[in-house]
Amino acid sequence: MNDTNVRQRKTAYNPIGFVLMQVLNACTKVGQMILGFFAGVGKLSLFTARGIKSCFTPPFYARHIGRQLVDIGYYSLPVVGLTALFTGMVLALQSYTGFARFNAESAIANVVVLSITRELAPVLAGLMVAGRIGASIAAEIATMRVTEQIDALVTLSTNPFKYLIAPRLIAGTLMLPVLVLIADIIGVMGGYAVSVYSLGFLPESYLRQTWDFLQFIDVFSGLVKAAVFGFIVTLMGCYYGYYSGRGAQGVGSATINAVVSSSILILVFNYVLTQVFFS
Amino acid sequence: MIANTKIGKDGAQAKLVLDNVHKSFGQHHVLDGIDLSVPKGKSLVVIGGSGSGKSVMLKCALGLMQPDSGHVRVDGVDTTEYDTEQRNELMKKFGMLFQGGALFDSLPIWENVAFGLLQNTDISKKDARDVAIDKLRAVGLGSKIADQFPAELSGGMQKRVSLARAIASDPEIIFFDEPTTGLDPIMADVINDLIIKCREDLGATTLSITHDMASARKIADNIAMLYRGKIIWHGKAGEIENSNNNYVDQFVHGRADGPIKMDVA
Ligand SMILES: Nc1ncnc2c1ncn2[C@@H]1O[C@H](COP(=O)(O)OP(=O)(O)OP(=O)(O)O)[C@@H](O)[C@H]1O
Ligand SMILES: [Mg+2]
Repeated sequence: MNDTNVRQRKTAYNPIGFVLMQVLNACTKVGQMILGFFAGVGKLSLFTARGIKSCFTPPFYARHIGRQLVDIGYYSLPVVGLTALFTGMVLALQSYTGFARFNAESAIANVVVLSITRELAPVLAGLMVAGRIGASIAAEIATMRVTEQIDALVTLSTNPFKYLIAPRLIAGTLMLPVLVLIADIIGVMGGYAVSVYSLGFLPESYLRQTWDFLQFIDVFSGLVKAAVFGFIVTLMGCYYGYYSGRGAQGVGSATINAVVSSSILILVFNYVLTQVFFS
Repeated sequence: MIANTKIGKDGAQAKLVLDNVHKSFGQHHVLDGIDLSVPKGKSLVVIGGSGSGKSVMLKCALGLMQPDSGHVRVDGVDTTEYDTEQRNELMKKFGMLFQGGALFDSLPIWENVAFGLLQNTDISKKDARDVAIDKLRAVGLGSKIADQFPAELSGGMQKRVSLARAIASDPEIIFFDEPTTGLDPIMADVINDLIIKCREDLGATTLSITHDMASARKIADNIAMLYRGKIIWHGKAGEIENSNNNYVDQFVHGRADGPIKMDVA
Protein backbone atom coordinates (compact mmCIF):
# COMPACT_ATOMS: atom_id res chain seq x y z
CA MET A 1 0.00 0.00 0.00
CA ASN A 2 2.59 2.51 1.17
CA ASP A 3 4.95 1.46 -1.59
CA THR A 4 2.51 2.22 -4.37
CA ASN A 5 1.67 5.56 -2.80
CA VAL A 6 5.30 6.56 -2.80
CA ARG A 7 5.71 5.36 -6.37
CA GLN A 8 2.69 7.35 -7.49
CA ARG A 9 3.85 10.51 -5.79
CA LYS A 10 7.21 10.30 -7.55
CA THR A 11 5.72 9.74 -10.98
CA ALA A 12 3.10 12.42 -10.51
CA TYR A 13 5.61 15.00 -11.81
CA ASN A 14 5.79 13.18 -15.12
CA PRO A 15 2.27 13.27 -16.65
CA ILE A 16 2.87 10.51 -19.21
CA GLY A 17 4.49 8.27 -16.67
CA PHE A 18 1.68 8.98 -14.26
CA VAL A 19 -1.03 8.03 -16.77
CA LEU A 20 0.92 4.96 -17.82
CA MET A 21 1.22 3.93 -14.21
CA GLN A 22 -2.52 4.34 -13.66
CA VAL A 23 -3.27 2.25 -16.74
CA LEU A 24 -0.86 -0.45 -15.61
CA ASN A 25 -2.37 -0.42 -12.13
CA ALA A 26 -5.83 -0.79 -13.61
CA CYS A 27 -4.64 -3.70 -15.76
CA THR A 28 -3.13 -5.37 -12.72
CA LYS A 29 -6.41 -4.98 -10.84
CA VAL A 30 -8.44 -6.45 -13.73
CA GLY A 31 -5.95 -9.29 -14.12
CA GLN A 32 -6.09 -10.04 -10.43
CA MET A 33 -9.88 -10.04 -10.54
CA ILE A 34 -9.98 -12.46 -13.45
CA LEU A 35 -7.44 -14.76 -11.84
CA GLY A 36 -9.34 -14.54 -8.57
CA PHE A 37 -12.56 -15.46 -10.33
CA PHE A 38 -11.10 -18.60 -11.89
CA ALA A 39 -9.37 -19.55 -8.67
CA GLY A 40 -12.75 -19.22 -6.95
CA VAL A 41 -14.49 -21.37 -9.55
CA GLY A 42 -11.82 -24.03 -9.13
CA LYS A 43 -12.10 -23.94 -5.35
CA LEU A 44 -15.89 -24.20 -5.50
CA SER A 45 -15.72 -27.12 -7.96
CA LEU A 46 -13.33 -29.02 -5.72
CA PHE A 47 -15.52 -28.28 -2.72
CA THR A 48 -18.60 -29.50 -4.60
CA ALA A 49 -16.88 -32.70 -5.68
CA ARG A 50 -15.69 -33.42 -2.14
CA GLY A 51 -19.15 -32.60 -0.79
CA ILE A 52 -20.92 -34.95 -3.17
CA LYS A 53 -18.40 -37.70 -2.57
CA SER A 54 -18.85 -37.47 1.18
CA CYS A 55 -22.62 -37.86 0.76
CA PHE A 56 -22.05 -41.35 -0.64
CA THR A 57 -19.21 -42.67 1.51
CA PRO A 58 -19.50 -43.87 5.11
CA PRO A 59 -19.60 -42.97 7.92
CA PHE A 60 -23.11 -41.52 7.67
CA TYR A 61 -24.26 -39.43 10.57
CA ALA A 62 -27.91 -40.45 10.72
CA ARG A 63 -28.68 -38.27 13.72
CA HIS A 64 -27.34 -35.19 11.96
CA ILE A 65 -29.14 -35.96 8.74
CA GLY A 66 -32.36 -36.36 10.74
CA ARG A 67 -31.89 -33.05 12.48
CA GLN A 68 -31.18 -31.26 9.22
CA LEU A 69 -34.23 -32.83 7.58
CA VAL A 70 -36.38 -31.42 10.36
CA ASP A 71 -34.61 -28.04 10.33
CA ILE A 72 -34.77 -27.57 6.60
CA GLY A 73 -38.06 -29.28 5.90
CA TYR A 74 -40.37 -28.90 8.84
CA TYR A 75 -39.31 -25.48 10.05
CA SER A 76 -39.38 -23.98 6.56
CA LEU A 77 -42.97 -25.10 6.03
CA PRO A 78 -44.70 -21.98 7.41
CA VAL A 79 -42.61 -19.59 5.32
CA VAL A 80 -42.88 -21.62 2.15
CA GLY A 81 -46.57 -22.35 2.70
CA LEU A 82 -47.48 -18.71 3.20
CA THR A 83 -45.47 -17.67 0.18
CA ALA A 84 -47.24 -20.27 -1.97
CA LEU A 85 -50.68 -19.37 -0.62
CA PHE A 86 -50.43 -15.68 -1.41
CA THR A 87 -48.73 -16.29 -4.73
CA GLY A 88 -51.58 -18.57 -5.82
CA MET A 89 -54.13 -16.02 -4.68
CA VAL A 90 -52.55 -13.07 -6.41
CA LEU A 91 -52.07 -15.10 -9.59
CA ALA A 92 -55.79 -15.82 -9.79
CA LEU A 93 -56.60 -12.19 -9.16
CA GLN A 94 -54.15 -10.81 -11.70
CA SER A 95 -54.93 -13.27 -14.45
CA TYR A 96 -58.62 -12.62 -13.96
CA THR A 97 -58.07 -8.91 -14.67
CA GLY A 98 -56.15 -9.83 -17.80
CA PHE A 99 -58.29 -12.66 -19.14
CA ALA A 100 -61.63 -10.93 -18.47
CA ARG A 101 -60.72 -8.55 -21.31
CA PHE A 102 -60.71 -11.49 -23.75
CA ASN A 103 -63.57 -13.39 -22.13
CA ALA A 104 -61.07 -16.11 -21.39
CA GLU A 105 -61.70 -16.47 -17.69
CA SER A 106 -61.70 -20.25 -18.02
CA ALA A 107 -57.93 -20.13 -18.59
CA ILE A 108 -57.30 -18.86 -15.08
CA ALA A 109 -57.14 -22.33 -13.56
CA ASN A 110 -54.50 -23.36 -16.10
CA VAL A 111 -52.44 -20.27 -15.60
CA VAL A 112 -52.46 -20.72 -11.87
CA VAL A 113 -51.55 -24.38 -11.83
CA LEU A 114 -48.91 -24.19 -14.54
CA SER A 115 -47.18 -21.09 -13.14
CA ILE A 116 -47.19 -22.50 -9.66
CA THR A 117 -45.91 -26.00 -10.40
CA ARG A 118 -43.44 -25.11 -13.12
CA GLU A 119 -41.97 -21.85 -11.91
CA LEU A 120 -43.23 -20.05 -8.89
CA ALA A 121 -43.32 -22.77 -6.26
CA PRO A 122 -39.75 -23.99 -6.88
CA VAL A 123 -38.23 -20.55 -7.39
CA LEU A 124 -39.97 -18.80 -4.54
CA ALA A 125 -39.48 -21.72 -2.17
CA GLY A 126 -35.82 -21.82 -3.23
CA LEU A 127 -35.38 -18.12 -2.55
CA MET A 128 -37.16 -18.27 0.80
CA VAL A 129 -35.06 -21.25 1.85
CA ALA A 130 -31.92 -19.47 0.64
CA GLY A 131 -32.73 -16.65 3.04
CA ARG A 132 -33.69 -18.91 5.92
CA ILE A 133 -31.52 -22.00 5.62
CA GLY A 134 -28.63 -20.76 3.48
CA ALA A 135 -27.99 -17.91 5.90
CA SER A 136 -28.21 -20.07 8.99
CA ILE A 137 -25.94 -22.78 7.57
CA ALA A 138 -23.35 -20.21 6.52
CA ALA A 139 -23.44 -18.45 9.88
CA GLU A 140 -23.26 -21.69 11.85
CA ILE A 141 -20.39 -23.22 9.90
CA ALA A 142 -18.52 -19.91 9.73
CA THR A 143 -18.79 -19.54 13.49
CA MET A 144 -17.43 -23.05 13.86
CA ARG A 145 -14.55 -22.13 11.57
CA VAL A 146 -13.80 -18.90 13.41
CA THR A 147 -13.89 -20.53 16.84
CA GLU A 148 -11.70 -23.40 15.57
CA GLN A 149 -14.43 -25.99 16.10
CA ILE A 150 -13.80 -27.30 12.59
CA ASP A 151 -10.10 -27.73 13.41
CA ALA A 152 -11.16 -29.45 16.62
CA LEU A 153 -13.28 -31.89 14.60
CA VAL A 154 -10.25 -32.77 12.51
CA THR A 155 -8.08 -33.34 15.56
CA LEU A 156 -10.76 -35.72 16.85
CA SER A 157 -10.43 -37.80 13.67
CA THR A 158 -13.75 -36.62 12.30
CA ASN A 159 -14.02 -35.49 8.71
CA PRO A 160 -15.91 -32.17 8.70
CA PHE A 161 -17.21 -32.89 5.20
CA LYS A 162 -18.97 -35.98 6.44
CA TYR A 163 -19.96 -34.63 9.81
CA LEU A 164 -21.11 -31.14 8.86
CA ILE A 165 -21.50 -30.77 5.14
CA ALA A 166 -22.92 -34.05 3.84
CA PRO A 167 -25.93 -34.07 6.21
CA ARG A 168 -26.89 -30.57 5.08
CA LEU A 169 -26.46 -31.32 1.39
CA ILE A 170 -28.51 -34.50 1.70
CA ALA A 171 -31.26 -32.84 3.72
CA GLY A 172 -31.47 -29.83 1.38
CA THR A 173 -31.64 -31.93 -1.76
CA LEU A 174 -34.29 -34.25 -0.32
CA MET A 175 -36.44 -31.76 1.53
CA LEU A 176 -36.86 -29.00 -1.01
CA PRO A 177 -38.87 -31.21 -3.42
CA VAL A 178 -41.15 -32.17 -0.51
CA LEU A 179 -41.59 -28.52 0.39
CA VAL A 180 -42.31 -27.64 -3.21
CA LEU A 181 -44.87 -30.41 -3.58
CA ILE A 182 -46.68 -29.02 -0.56
CA ALA A 183 -46.29 -25.51 -1.94
CA ASP A 184 -47.81 -26.68 -5.25
CA ILE A 185 -50.91 -27.88 -3.43
CA ILE A 186 -51.21 -24.82 -1.21
CA GLY A 187 -50.64 -22.47 -4.16
CA VAL A 188 -53.35 -24.12 -6.24
CA MET A 189 -55.70 -24.01 -3.26
CA GLY A 190 -54.96 -20.29 -2.91
CA GLY A 191 -55.93 -19.72 -6.53
CA TYR A 192 -59.00 -21.88 -6.05
CA ALA A 193 -60.10 -19.93 -2.95
CA VAL A 194 -59.87 -16.56 -4.67
CA SER A 195 -61.53 -17.82 -7.87
CA VAL A 196 -64.41 -19.52 -6.09
CA TYR A 197 -65.08 -17.20 -3.17
CA SER A 198 -64.30 -13.86 -4.70
CA LEU A 199 -64.45 -14.20 -8.49
CA GLY A 200 -67.53 -16.41 -8.59
CA PHE A 201 -66.17 -19.57 -10.26
CA LEU A 202 -67.90 -22.91 -9.83
CA PRO A 203 -65.81 -25.15 -7.57
CA GLU A 204 -66.14 -28.32 -9.72
CA SER A 205 -65.34 -26.69 -13.02
CA TYR A 206 -62.34 -24.84 -11.55
CA LEU A 207 -60.92 -28.05 -10.16
CA ARG A 208 -61.64 -29.91 -13.39
CA GLN A 209 -59.85 -27.25 -15.42
CA THR A 210 -56.93 -27.42 -13.07
CA TRP A 211 -56.71 -31.19 -13.22
CA ASP A 212 -57.35 -31.64 -16.95
CA PHE A 213 -54.56 -29.40 -18.04
CA LEU A 214 -51.99 -30.51 -15.58
CA GLN A 215 -49.36 -32.88 -16.96
CA PHE A 216 -46.90 -35.03 -15.10
CA ILE A 217 -43.96 -33.12 -16.53
CA ASP A 218 -45.20 -29.84 -15.06
CA VAL A 219 -44.99 -31.11 -11.52
CA PHE A 220 -41.97 -33.30 -12.16
CA SER A 221 -39.87 -30.49 -13.66
CA GLY A 222 -40.73 -28.34 -10.65
CA LEU A 223 -39.60 -31.03 -8.26
CA VAL A 224 -36.32 -31.58 -10.12
CA LYS A 225 -35.72 -27.84 -9.96
CA ALA A 226 -36.46 -27.95 -6.26
CA ALA A 227 -33.88 -30.68 -5.68
CA VAL A 228 -31.27 -28.67 -7.58
CA PHE A 229 -32.12 -25.49 -5.68
CA GLY A 230 -31.99 -27.34 -2.37
CA PHE A 231 -28.52 -28.57 -3.26
CA ILE A 232 -27.42 -25.08 -4.35
CA VAL A 233 -28.65 -23.38 -1.19
CA THR A 234 -27.03 -25.84 1.20
CA LEU A 235 -23.86 -26.02 -0.89
CA MET A 236 -23.37 -22.26 -0.94
CA GLY A 237 -24.12 -22.03 2.78
CA CYS A 238 -21.54 -24.71 3.53
CA TYR A 239 -18.97 -23.33 1.09
CA TYR A 240 -18.96 -19.76 2.36
CA GLY A 241 -19.16 -20.94 5.95
CA TYR A 242 -16.29 -23.39 5.53
CA TYR A 243 -13.99 -20.80 3.94
CA SER A 244 -15.12 -17.99 6.21
CA GLY A 245 -12.68 -15.21 6.99
CA ARG A 246 -11.62 -14.54 10.54
CA GLY A 247 -13.71 -12.84 13.22
CA ALA A 248 -17.28 -11.64 13.37
CA GLN A 249 -16.79 -9.84 10.08
CA GLY A 250 -15.88 -13.13 8.43
CA VAL A 251 -19.13 -14.68 9.65
CA GLY A 252 -21.12 -11.69 8.40
CA SER A 253 -19.71 -11.74 4.91
CA ALA A 254 -20.01 -15.54 4.72
CA THR A 255 -23.72 -15.17 5.39
CA ILE A 256 -24.22 -12.41 2.84
CA ASN A 257 -22.24 -14.24 0.18
CA ALA A 258 -24.15 -17.46 0.75
CA VAL A 259 -27.56 -15.81 0.39
CA VAL A 260 -26.68 -13.61 -2.58
CA SER A 261 -24.86 -16.28 -4.54
CA SER A 262 -27.45 -18.97 -3.95
CA SER A 263 -30.26 -16.60 -4.95
CA ILE A 264 -28.53 -15.71 -8.19
CA LEU A 265 -27.61 -19.32 -8.91
CA ILE A 266 -31.23 -20.34 -8.34
CA LEU A 267 -32.42 -17.86 -10.97
CA VAL A 268 -29.72 -18.92 -13.42
CA PHE A 269 -30.36 -22.64 -12.95
CA ASN A 270 -34.09 -22.06 -13.15
CA TYR A 271 -33.61 -20.74 -16.66
CA VAL A 272 -31.22 -23.51 -17.62
CA LEU A 273 -33.52 -26.25 -16.32
CA THR A 274 -36.57 -24.73 -17.98
CA GLN A 275 -34.63 -24.76 -21.22
CA VAL A 276 -33.69 -28.38 -20.69
CA PHE A 277 -37.24 -29.52 -19.89
CA PHE A 278 -39.36 -27.51 -22.25
CA SER A 279 -37.49 -26.88 -25.46
CA MET B 1 23.27 -16.06 18.54
CA ILE B 2 20.96 -18.02 16.30
CA ALA B 3 23.12 -21.08 16.32
CA ASN B 4 22.60 -24.75 16.98
CA THR B 5 18.82 -24.55 16.68
CA LYS B 6 18.26 -28.31 16.52
CA ILE B 7 17.10 -29.84 19.75
CA GLY B 8 18.43 -33.32 20.43
CA LYS B 9 20.12 -34.89 17.44
CA ASP B 10 18.89 -38.34 18.47
CA GLY B 11 16.48 -38.66 15.56
CA ALA B 12 15.52 -42.27 16.31
CA GLN B 13 14.19 -41.35 19.73
CA ALA B 14 12.24 -38.33 18.56
CA LYS B 15 8.47 -38.68 18.67
CA LEU B 16 7.78 -35.47 16.80
CA VAL B 17 10.11 -33.55 14.53
CA LEU B 18 9.62 -30.28 12.71
CA ASP B 19 12.23 -29.89 10.02
CA ASN B 20 12.78 -26.47 8.46
CA VAL B 21 9.05 -25.61 8.46
CA HIS B 22 8.03 -22.41 6.67
CA LYS B 23 4.59 -20.82 6.65
CA SER B 24 3.50 -17.44 5.29
CA PHE B 25 0.19 -15.65 5.01
CA GLY B 26 0.53 -13.46 1.93
CA GLN B 27 3.58 -11.26 2.54
CA HIS B 28 3.69 -12.13 6.22
CA HIS B 29 6.30 -14.81 6.94
CA VAL B 30 5.12 -16.25 10.20
CA LEU B 31 7.34 -19.33 10.38
CA ASP B 32 10.75 -18.95 8.84
CA GLY B 33 12.40 -22.34 9.14
CA ILE B 34 11.39 -24.02 12.39
CA ASP B 35 13.48 -26.94 13.59
CA LEU B 36 12.19 -28.75 16.63
CA SER B 37 12.30 -32.22 17.97
CA VAL B 38 10.43 -33.65 20.94
CA PRO B 39 11.88 -36.87 22.38
CA LYS B 40 9.45 -39.64 23.23
CA GLY B 41 7.83 -39.21 26.62
CA LYS B 42 9.32 -35.76 27.14
CA SER B 43 7.74 -32.36 27.51
CA LEU B 44 8.82 -29.49 25.33
CA VAL B 45 7.55 -26.01 26.08
CA VAL B 46 7.76 -23.30 23.45
CA ILE B 47 7.75 -19.74 24.70
CA GLY B 48 7.51 -16.62 22.61
CA GLY B 49 5.78 -13.27 22.34
CA SER B 50 2.21 -12.76 21.33
CA GLY B 51 1.80 -13.04 17.58
CA SER B 52 5.17 -14.74 17.14
CA GLY B 53 3.52 -17.72 15.43
CA LYS B 54 3.30 -20.27 18.21
CA SER B 55 -0.25 -21.32 17.40
CA VAL B 56 0.55 -21.49 13.70
CA MET B 57 3.52 -23.72 14.53
CA LEU B 58 1.27 -26.12 16.47
CA LYS B 59 -1.24 -26.21 13.63
CA CYS B 60 1.50 -27.06 11.16
CA ALA B 61 2.71 -29.85 13.45
CA LEU B 62 -0.82 -31.22 13.71
CA GLY B 63 -1.46 -30.89 9.99
CA LEU B 64 -4.34 -28.45 10.40
CA MET B 65 -2.28 -26.11 8.27
CA GLN B 66 -0.11 -27.22 5.41
CA PRO B 67 3.44 -25.84 5.77
CA ASP B 68 4.66 -23.96 2.67
CA SER B 69 7.83 -26.03 2.87
CA GLY B 70 9.59 -28.28 5.30
CA HIS B 71 8.59 -31.55 6.92
CA VAL B 72 6.79 -32.84 9.94
CA ARG B 73 7.72 -36.31 11.16
CA VAL B 74 5.81 -38.38 13.68
CA ASP B 75 7.58 -41.51 14.93
CA GLY B 76 10.04 -40.99 12.12
CA VAL B 77 7.37 -41.01 9.39
CA ASP B 78 6.93 -37.93 7.24
CA THR B 79 3.30 -36.88 7.62
CA THR B 80 3.46 -33.60 5.72
CA GLU B 81 1.71 -34.86 2.60
CA TYR B 82 -0.92 -37.04 4.28
CA ASP B 83 -4.40 -37.08 2.73
CA THR B 84 -7.65 -36.83 4.66
CA GLU B 85 -7.92 -40.53 5.47
CA GLN B 86 -4.34 -40.88 6.63
CA ARG B 87 -4.69 -37.69 8.63
CA ASN B 88 -7.80 -39.08 10.35
CA GLU B 89 -5.84 -42.16 11.36
CA LEU B 90 -2.86 -40.09 12.53
CA MET B 91 -5.05 -37.81 14.63
CA LYS B 92 -5.95 -40.78 16.81
CA LYS B 93 -2.44 -40.45 18.24
CA PHE B 94 -2.93 -36.76 18.96
CA GLY B 95 -4.76 -34.68 21.49
CA MET B 96 -5.01 -30.93 21.11
CA LEU B 97 -6.03 -28.21 23.49
CA PHE B 98 -6.95 -25.16 21.45
CA GLN B 99 -6.07 -21.71 22.70
CA GLY B 100 -9.72 -20.63 22.57
CA GLY B 101 -11.14 -23.94 23.80
CA ALA B 102 -12.95 -24.71 20.52
CA LEU B 103 -15.71 -26.64 22.27
CA PHE B 104 -18.66 -27.77 20.14
CA ASP B 105 -21.37 -25.42 21.30
CA SER B 106 -24.19 -27.59 20.00
CA LEU B 107 -23.21 -30.53 22.21
CA PRO B 108 -23.45 -30.92 25.99
CA ILE B 109 -20.22 -30.91 27.98
CA TRP B 110 -19.95 -34.66 28.42
CA GLU B 111 -20.42 -35.30 24.69
CA ASN B 112 -17.71 -32.74 24.00
CA VAL B 113 -15.31 -34.58 26.27
CA ALA B 114 -16.25 -38.01 24.95
CA PHE B 115 -16.45 -36.90 21.31
CA GLY B 116 -13.35 -38.73 20.13
CA LEU B 117 -14.36 -41.92 21.96
CA LEU B 118 -17.90 -41.84 20.56
CA GLN B 119 -16.67 -41.21 17.02
CA ASN B 120 -13.74 -43.57 16.85
CA THR B 121 -14.55 -46.48 19.15
CA ASP B 122 -17.53 -48.76 19.76
CA ILE B 123 -17.89 -47.58 23.33
CA SER B 124 -21.47 -47.41 24.60
CA LYS B 125 -22.96 -44.03 25.40
CA LYS B 126 -23.13 -44.83 29.07
CA ASP B 127 -19.49 -45.86 29.32
CA ALA B 128 -18.42 -42.84 27.31
CA ARG B 129 -20.31 -40.65 29.72
CA ASP B 130 -18.56 -42.27 32.67
CA VAL B 131 -15.17 -41.70 31.06
CA ALA B 132 -16.13 -38.09 30.39
CA ILE B 133 -17.12 -37.53 34.00
CA ASP B 134 -13.84 -39.07 35.17
CA LYS B 135 -11.86 -36.77 32.94
CA LEU B 136 -13.89 -33.77 34.05
CA ARG B 137 -13.09 -34.63 37.65
CA ALA B 138 -9.40 -34.78 36.75
CA VAL B 139 -9.54 -31.16 35.59
CA GLY B 140 -11.41 -30.11 38.72
CA LEU B 141 -14.94 -30.01 37.36
CA GLY B 142 -17.91 -31.69 39.00
CA SER B 143 -20.27 -34.09 37.29
CA LYS B 144 -23.18 -31.67 37.55
CA ILE B 145 -21.94 -29.64 34.59
CA ALA B 146 -21.90 -32.74 32.37
CA ASP B 147 -25.27 -31.95 30.84
CA GLN B 148 -24.79 -28.22 30.51
CA PHE B 149 -23.69 -26.57 27.28
CA PRO B 150 -20.35 -24.81 26.73
CA ALA B 151 -21.94 -21.36 26.55
CA GLU B 152 -23.16 -21.78 30.13
CA LEU B 153 -19.62 -22.12 31.53
CA SER B 154 -17.04 -19.49 32.42
CA GLY B 155 -14.00 -19.07 30.17
CA GLY B 156 -11.70 -20.90 32.57
CA MET B 157 -14.15 -23.77 32.90
CA GLN B 158 -14.42 -24.06 29.12
CA LYS B 159 -10.65 -24.24 28.95
CA ARG B 160 -10.63 -27.11 31.42
CA VAL B 161 -13.37 -28.96 29.57
CA SER B 162 -11.29 -28.57 26.44
CA LEU B 163 -8.32 -29.97 28.29
CA ALA B 164 -10.42 -32.94 29.41
CA ARG B 165 -11.40 -33.50 25.78
CA ALA B 166 -7.77 -33.36 24.65
CA ILE B 167 -6.73 -36.12 27.04
CA ALA B 168 -9.95 -38.18 26.92
CA SER B 169 -8.74 -40.81 24.49
CA ASP B 170 -5.30 -41.17 26.08
CA PRO B 171 -3.30 -39.86 23.10
CA GLU B 172 0.40 -40.45 22.54
CA ILE B 173 1.22 -36.84 21.72
CA ILE B 174 -0.64 -33.98 23.34
CA PHE B 175 -0.46 -30.39 22.17
CA PHE B 176 -1.35 -27.68 24.65
CA ASP B 177 -1.87 -24.16 23.36
CA GLU B 178 -1.62 -21.96 26.43
CA PRO B 179 -3.15 -24.41 28.90
CA THR B 180 -3.05 -22.06 31.89
CA THR B 181 -4.04 -18.76 30.30
CA GLY B 182 -7.25 -17.44 31.84
CA LEU B 183 -7.05 -19.60 34.96
CA ASP B 184 -6.43 -18.46 38.51
CA PRO B 185 -2.96 -19.31 39.90
CA ILE B 186 -4.20 -22.25 41.94
CA MET B 187 -6.14 -23.82 39.10
CA ALA B 188 -3.19 -23.12 36.81
CA ASP B 189 -1.04 -25.23 39.09
CA VAL B 190 -3.66 -28.00 39.16
CA ILE B 191 -3.49 -28.03 35.35
CA ASN B 192 0.32 -28.09 35.44
CA ASP B 193 0.16 -31.14 37.69
CA LEU B 194 -2.33 -32.73 35.35
CA ILE B 195 -0.05 -32.21 32.36
CA ILE B 196 2.84 -33.75 34.26
CA LYS B 197 0.57 -36.64 35.25
CA CYS B 198 -0.38 -37.25 31.61
CA ARG B 199 3.26 -37.58 30.78
CA GLU B 200 4.14 -39.77 33.71
CA ASP B 201 1.08 -42.05 33.74
CA LEU B 202 0.31 -42.31 30.03
CA GLY B 203 3.86 -41.85 28.85
CA ALA B 204 2.54 -39.14 26.58
CA THR B 205 4.83 -36.79 24.71
CA THR B 206 3.74 -33.19 25.11
CA LEU B 207 4.36 -30.02 23.18
CA SER B 208 3.07 -26.98 25.01
CA ILE B 209 2.95 -23.29 24.31
CA THR B 210 2.83 -20.78 27.07
CA HIS B 211 3.53 -17.23 28.18
CA ASP B 212 3.38 -18.32 31.77
CA MET B 213 6.97 -18.81 32.95
CA ALA B 214 5.92 -20.47 36.21
CA SER B 215 4.04 -23.07 34.20
CA ALA B 216 6.90 -23.46 31.73
CA ARG B 217 9.42 -24.10 34.50
CA LYS B 218 7.15 -26.64 36.09
CA ILE B 219 6.02 -28.74 33.13
CA ALA B 220 9.02 -28.52 30.79
CA ASP B 221 11.84 -30.95 30.29
CA ASN B 222 13.07 -28.73 27.49
CA ILE B 223 12.26 -25.17 26.59
CA ALA B 224 12.56 -23.48 23.21
CA MET B 225 12.01 -19.86 22.36
CA LEU B 226 10.34 -18.72 19.17
CA TYR B 227 11.16 -15.28 17.86
CA ARG B 228 10.58 -13.82 14.40
CA GLY B 229 9.66 -17.20 12.96
CA LYS B 230 12.76 -19.02 14.19
CA ILE B 231 13.76 -20.99 17.24
CA ILE B 232 16.41 -18.69 18.70
CA TRP B 233 17.19 -20.69 21.81
CA HIS B 234 16.56 -24.09 23.25
CA GLY B 235 17.82 -25.99 26.22
CA LYS B 236 16.95 -27.88 29.34
CA ALA B 237 14.32 -26.29 31.56
CA GLY B 238 16.91 -25.65 34.28
CA GLU B 239 19.19 -23.74 31.92
CA ILE B 240 16.71 -21.02 31.08
CA GLU B 241 17.85 -18.73 33.90
CA ASN B 242 21.43 -18.81 32.62
CA SER B 243 20.77 -18.87 28.93
CA ASN B 244 23.27 -16.11 28.11
CA ASN B 245 20.75 -15.01 25.55
CA ASN B 246 19.45 -11.45 25.83
CA TYR B 247 16.18 -12.30 24.10
CA VAL B 248 15.44 -15.17 26.43
CA ASP B 249 16.46 -13.15 29.49
CA GLN B 250 14.19 -10.33 28.52
CA PHE B 251 11.27 -12.70 28.01
CA VAL B 252 11.86 -14.74 31.13
CA HIS B 253 12.07 -11.66 33.31
CA GLY B 254 9.32 -9.82 31.48
CA ARG B 255 11.15 -6.60 30.77
CA ALA B 256 9.85 -4.01 28.34
CA ASP B 257 13.32 -2.89 27.29
CA GLY B 258 15.77 -5.21 25.65
CA PRO B 259 16.48 -6.59 22.20
CA ILE B 260 12.81 -7.62 21.63
CA LYS B 261 10.85 -4.59 20.51
CA MET B 262 7.09 -4.73 20.80
CA ASP B 263 5.27 -3.03 17.95
CA VAL B 264 3.49 -0.42 19.99
CA ALA B 265 2.79 3.11 18.85
N1 LIG C 1 -5.33 -18.13 9.28
C1 LIG C 1 -4.53 -17.06 9.27
N2 LIG C 1 -4.58 -16.19 8.25
C2 LIG C 1 -3.77 -15.11 8.24
N3 LIG C 1 -2.90 -14.80 9.19
C3 LIG C 1 -2.80 -15.62 10.25
C4 LIG C 1 -3.62 -16.79 10.35
N4 LIG C 1 -3.32 -17.42 11.49
C5 LIG C 1 -2.36 -16.68 12.08
N5 LIG C 1 -2.04 -15.61 11.35
C6 LIG C 1 -1.03 -14.60 11.67
O1 LIG C 1 0.12 -15.26 12.11
C7 LIG C 1 0.72 -14.57 13.18
C8 LIG C 1 0.99 -15.53 14.31
O2 LIG C 1 -0.25 -15.97 14.84
P1 LIG C 1 -0.34 -16.99 16.04
O3 LIG C 1 -1.79 -17.19 16.33
O4 LIG C 1 0.47 -18.19 15.73
O5 LIG C 1 0.34 -16.20 17.22
P2 LIG C 1 0.72 -16.74 18.65
O6 LIG C 1 2.19 -16.79 18.74
O7 LIG C 1 -0.04 -17.96 18.94
O8 LIG C 1 0.21 -15.54 19.56
P3 LIG C 1 -0.60 -15.60 20.92
O9 LIG C 1 0.38 -15.83 21.99
O10 LIG C 1 -1.18 -14.22 21.03
O11 LIG C 1 -1.63 -16.66 20.79
C9 LIG C 1 -0.20 -13.44 13.54
O12 LIG C 1 0.36 -12.25 13.07
C10 LIG C 1 -1.47 -13.74 12.82
O13 LIG C 1 -2.05 -12.54 12.36
MG1 LIG D 1 -1.63 -18.50 19.99
